[in-house]
This record gives sequence, structure tokens and C-alpha cells, in this order.
Amino acid sequence: MTRLRLYRFAVIAGAIALLEILCLARVIDPITMQAPHLVLRDFLRLLASGRMNAAIVKTMANTVLAFGLAAAAGLLLAVLLQRRRALRMTLDPLFATYYAVPVFAFYPFFIVVFGLGDLPQILIAFMLGVVAVIVNTLNGLDRVPAVLLKTARVLRLGPVETALRVTLPAAAPHIVGGLKLAVAYAFIGIIGSEFILSRGGIGYEINFAYNNFDNAVMYPLILLILLASVAFNSLLSRWERTLHARRGR
Amino acid sequence: MSAGAPASAQPPASAQPPASAEPSASAEPPVTAQASLRNVGKTFAASRERSALHALGPIDLDLKQGEFFAVVGPSGCGKSTLLEIIAGLTAATEGSVEFEGKPVRSDVPEGVGVVFQEDASFPWLTVEDNVAFGLRRTALSGGERERRVRDALGIVGLSDFAGSYPAQLSGGMRQRVCIARTLVTQPRLILLDEPFGALDQQTRLLMGDEVLRLWRETSATVFLITHALDEAAMLADRIGVMSARPGRLKDVVQTGWPRDRDSRVVERPEFGAITARLWHQLREESLKTLGRVDAAPSERSAAAVHVS
Amino acid sequence: MQTEKSPSRRGGAVNLILLIFALVALWQVLYWVAGESGLASPLNTIRYTAALVRRDDFAAHLYDTLSAFGIALAISVVMGLLVGFWLGFDRLSGDVFEPMFLSLYAIPKLTLYPILLLAFGLGLPAKVAFGVLHGVIPVILFTFGAVRNTRPILIKTGRVMKLSKSQMVRWILFPAAIPEIFTGLRVGFSLTLIGTLLAEMFASQRGLGYLLMTAIGLHNLQQVTAVTLLIVVFAAAVSSALLWLDRRLHFTGR
Repeated sequence: MTRLRLYRFAVIAGAIALLEILCLARVIDPITMQAPHLVLRDFLRLLASGRMNAAIVKTMANTVLAFGLAAAAGLLLAVLLQRRRALRMTLDPLFATYYAVPVFAFYPFFIVVFGLGDLPQILIAFMLGVVAVIVNTLNGLDRVPAVLLKTARVLRLGPVETALRVTLPAAAPHIVGGLKLAVAYAFIGIIGSEFILSRGGIGYEINFAYNNFDNAVMYPLILLILLASVAFNSLLSRWERTLHARRGR
Repeated sequence: MSAGAPASAQPPASAQPPASAEPSASAEPPVTAQASLRNVGKTFAASRERSALHALGPIDLDLKQGEFFAVVGPSGCGKSTLLEIIAGLTAATEGSVEFEGKPVRSDVPEGVGVVFQEDASFPWLTVEDNVAFGLRRTALSGGERERRVRDALGIVGLSDFAGSYPAQLSGGMRQRVCIARTLVTQPRLILLDEPFGALDQQTRLLMGDEVLRLWRETSATVFLITHALDEAAMLADRIGVMSARPGRLKDVVQTGWPRDRDSRVVERPEFGAITARLWHQLREESLKTLGRVDAAPSERSAAAVHVS
Repeated sequence: MQTEKSPSRRGGAVNLILLIFALVALWQVLYWVAGESGLASPLNTIRYTAALVRRDDFAAHLYDTLSAFGIALAISVVMGLLVGFWLGFDRLSGDVFEPMFLSLYAIPKLTLYPILLLAFGLGLPAKVAFGVLHGVIPVILFTFGAVRNTRPILIKTGRVMKLSKSQMVRWILFPAAIPEIFTGLRVGFSLTLIGTLLAEMFASQRGLGYLLMTAIGLHNLQQVTAVTLLIVVFAAAVSSALLWLDRRLHFTGR
């Protein structure tokens, strides 16, 4: 383990230890939060009991769906926009300020229009993710060195072959960066929507547990979300870094 | 092996036979032009950045089969544009270009290879896969492909690095990967656009010897663009001197070197005379270019960012 | 000089107007497709919004949101700058903590809100804390980046001029870092707003977020559309202005 990772691990372990002490000393009262070791115990119990399996499946399925849509639409739109400068210029202000606008503000609107179901959540998650994919893919496509495209012509590759064998690999690090963001945003979108108002899913369960003062369920679920999002994000970041490193430019 | 004839002024498209003609497999008479340009010119249309730009021409040029032809000229004179026109990467706006008797427009003809100044190796492929990429479009058996790749790697001296990635190699080595990738398709015309521009002087001189060796072994016609006069004088049979923009062939200098040469030609007395003559022509044109404030349509364009 | 007006030549303002026009047109078309019960028309929404902002209770809600947002923003900025500078100057701390802050972006922070509610109780402090949770991260990261990315040549120049440490910071380091810090503030502004609104949407009896949620219960399409429009326009307008400022700061090549 590198020195830095060691320090980070120490910081996190230290923070948990501090929490543990504060909880045991009743500085933090049990109604607010139980001691970390109890949270861990409840976490393992909860997973083992399988009570949350349906919610987990629902959340994951919606996240994957939203991500898939955002990735597909984002990639296609990026490819389209790269060729249509006029359209791209027109949409530029939208992309530049997109993430400054509270996309969640549309959630109540979607609920009123489409009813309370999975669709509003998936729409929100899609809206959050798609622009990240578009912007990053465009960036990657822009950065394909002109000399590589010229080489493709010298080697007499057709347009499809050029796109698949030269453009795509050249832009891959940025495309993966966009996809990484889309995963995070899809997750945030689904969980957040479930949390605000929903009929099921992990976000809903956290909300429910909170309203019922059920810390034994609430904290483990929050822990689950934390672990899942950090894990996915780390994996994808690592992949992205590898792609960048190999290009070395 | 004829002695080096003193350099003398030749009109463009000279019909003088090369110092030693290599009989080519197709049994063509040695004076046949492999590529010919007639009245070629390039004018860039007006855009929001500038008014219409007459970059190049008119140019008349015949490249003889198997010769080594270099082009020198001030920056912005259109050398790279000329190369791209011959390669079919850009279409000339005036005049006609032919390669092996067939017209060249906006497609790269079969049998032409290009090595660019910028590093064109694919960073996501190993050296081996990079070189093999050149054979994608050919209907060769797997065994034949492997053989050619191995040979090409051997010629450029990268056999030990077949499994490495370009990012792990130096600039000179990456350029050799690009050369190997070009060689593997066995092109009959090799175009080199300032291929050693990004390398240090010592590496350049060594690479110059390499190129000569390749040229001899493959019997291809070589067209080299360089801004280094000594490099042109050392490597080429004929050297075209281009004027400032709009670029025209101001002069074509014969070096008369024997085919079997290397960098030691610099020791010959004629070398100094040739270089002096090139500079005499070029200095005037460079001064003209120096005074200009407006930038030429970038011959290096966005790819300049990626020079290693 | 002869130039034809290619699309890329269109000014930024024209682009923006075109975009807004296109969006409104799209809205109008969707309204025609969806009908009165499916969607509120742009015109009706404008009318409703005009009426809404004149309501007495609206002013109270607006004040609630803006005050929570304002406080959260102030704290985010101050805390963010302080922590960002510390991480920037202290090599070890910066290297240790930076990836940890980065990964906070990927976490659905809304799920952490109940913890804040339990800790602070319902009301303003929890909202502010949540807004800060969102907004402080970009300020920290960009300030950190600004300090770390100071070009060494500027520091060398300062040493050659024999500047004291505080002079270096005041005359060289700080001005050089301002563009990137400003970007952090700009992003922090937007994220703080998002955090504040989210908090209101989840558990609040007041504020614009609350107005949105009650409109669901009442199935009040007009209100939902109107409030959403207000929020979106406000956020977009301010962030565009900040973006314009941001670009100018960067182009003056500090």
C-alpha cells in the first residue's frame, strides 16, 4: 500500500474511531446515531436477512437503465453534434450552464405529468447523466490528433473503420470519463428521486426508516449507498487513469 | 559508381537520368515519371479568419522512379501542402496530379506511404500491432503478415520493442514505428513531411542514414520535405527550392551523389557548394517570409499541440 | 476583408437567443401534443408566475430559501477558501485528502441528509449544513488546484525580486490564483443552491422546494411548472453571468 493510501486509511479509521468514542461516551446520543460497530452489525444483519433485496434490485435496475439510456443517447448526440457545428454552437450555452441548474427541480413536474412511478426517476437520472456524456465525448473527439486521422486516410481506411479503429480508441479516455460521470449521476438521480418521493427502492427505504425513527435500518442503508458509489467510482476512475496513462501524451 | 558531378542549375522537370539507374521490376525506362504535377496550385477559400489565400503554385514537377527528391523552403511556403497534394490528402485547386499514370484527387492512391512530422503512432497499440495495422487492408495470409512486420521492425531496429507501447519509447523510436508501419505496405512512393523535425540533431543525422538505407533496400521513390539544408543536401538526388508564399519551385539542384551513399558525403567538397547554393536561393525567400505578420494556414495545424 | 457569416461566427448573444427560442418553441409544441391536463403552456405559466410572485406567502417562501442559501454560500466560500489554501500549501495533507474530496462528488449526498436532520433538527441549520455540504467541495478543490498549479516560474520571479512571504502571496500568488478560485466559487454557488433546494424538497415546511412538493400533492400543474421555471431561470441566469465573468478573468491572462 502506498504511503498516501496508508494515510488516507488512517484518516478514515481515525474518524470512525472518534465517532465510536463519542457514541460510547454518549456525547452523541443513540437517537441521533448509534456507535459505528453497531451500525456495522445492523448492516450485516440487514444484508443477511434479505429484506432489502427487492429494493436493491429495483434501484440497481433503474440505475442501469438510466445509465444505459444516458450513455447511448449521449454518445449518439455527441457524434452528431461534432459534425454539425451550427447546432453545437447553439447548444453550447445550454451545456455550459447545465449542471448549475437544479435538475431535481424538475422531479415534481415529472411526477405531476407522468404520475408517480419509475419514469420520472429515470428521466431525472437520464437528464443528469446525458450531458456529462455529451460534453466529455465531444471533448475526446475534438482532441483526436489530426495526424492520426490523416494516417487513417493514408492507410486507406473507410469511414467506418476509421471511426472504430482510430477515432474511438483515440477518444477513449475522455469517453470513459464521461461514462464514469454518467454512472455516478444515474445513481444520484435514482436514489435522490426515490428519497424525495417514491414507492420503492433504497432511497425510499432510507426515507421510510428515517420517518419511523428506525436507525437500525437507516444507517446501514446509508452505509450501503456510500460503499456502492465509492466502489463504482473508484473502479471507473482507475480504468480512466489507465487509458490516459497508456496514451502518455 | 559515377563521381559526383558538380551541382548545376537545372530547369524544373529535368529529363536527366539519375546518377545510377536501378532497373525496376516493371521494366519501365528509367526516365519515366512516377508522379507528375502539372500547373498545380492551391488556393484556400476565404473564411471568417482571413481572405482567400493563394498558398501554392503554379508548380510543375516530375518525380522520377526510384529517385530521392527533397524540398526545402521558408516556413509557410506550402511545402506540406505540396506533399499532401501529391499524397491525395488535399486536392489541388488548379492543375493536375498523376501517380503512375493515374490522376490523384482527394484519395490516397494505393502504393503511397506517408510519414508525418507529428507522432502518428497509435498509443493504444503495441509497437507490433502498430506496424501490423498498416496491413489491415491487404489480403495477406497471417504468416505473410507476421513476416513483413518482423522484417519491418528489424529494418528500423525495433525488434526488441515489439511488445512495448509508444508511450514508453522516445520520440525518435516512435518515429521509427511510423516508418515501419509505412514500410510494411511496401509503398512505391514514400512521402516524408519533416519526419525528423521533432528530433535532436544527432538523432536526425542517424535517422538520415537509416532513410538512405531504406531507400536503397526498397527501391522506392522518396519525396522528403525538410527545413534543414544539410539534410537535404546529404540525402537527396535532387533538391527543389521553394519560394516564399505562394510557393513555387524556384530552382532544382542536382547533387549527383552515387546511390550507395551515407552521411559521409558531407566530407565531399561538393557538399559545401550545394549547401551554399541552397542557402543563397533560400535566404532571399526567408527574408521575405520573415517580414510577414500574417500566419500561413497552419501547415502543422492543431496537431502541433501533440508534438512529443 | 471578405468574410461570409458562417454559423461559427454568430455572436454568443445570438446563440443564446436562438437556444431560448428553440426551447420555448419545443415547450409549446409539447403542450399542443399533451393538452391542458398534460402540460401547462408557456403563456399560462408566465401568467401564473406573475400572479404567484405577488402572493403574500410566496415572498415568505422566497425569503426562506434565499436566506438559507445565502448563509450556506457564505460558509461554503469561507470554509472552502480556508481549507483549499491549507491543502494547497501543505503538500502532505493535500495529497492525502484531494482524492477523498473528489469521491464525494459521486456520492448521492441526499441520503446523508437524514443524519444532518438528526444532528441539527428540522429547520434552517440542517438546510444550511446541507447546502454547505454541496457547495464547499468545489471551492476547496478549485482553490487547492489554484495554489498547486501556480506556475513555478512566477515563484522564481518573486524570489529573484526578493519578495517576503506575505508579499509573494499578496502580489503574485493570490492574483495568479484568482481565475481558478473564481471558477470554484462559481461552481460552489450553483451547487449550494442545488443543495439548499434539495433539502427543502425532502423535509421542510417552507421555501421554494417546499412549494414544489406541495404542488405535487395538490396535483397543481401550474404551480409546479411556475416554480420550476423560476428556479431554473434564476439558476441559469446567475450561472451564465458568473460564467461570463469567469471567462473574462481567464482571458485577461492573469
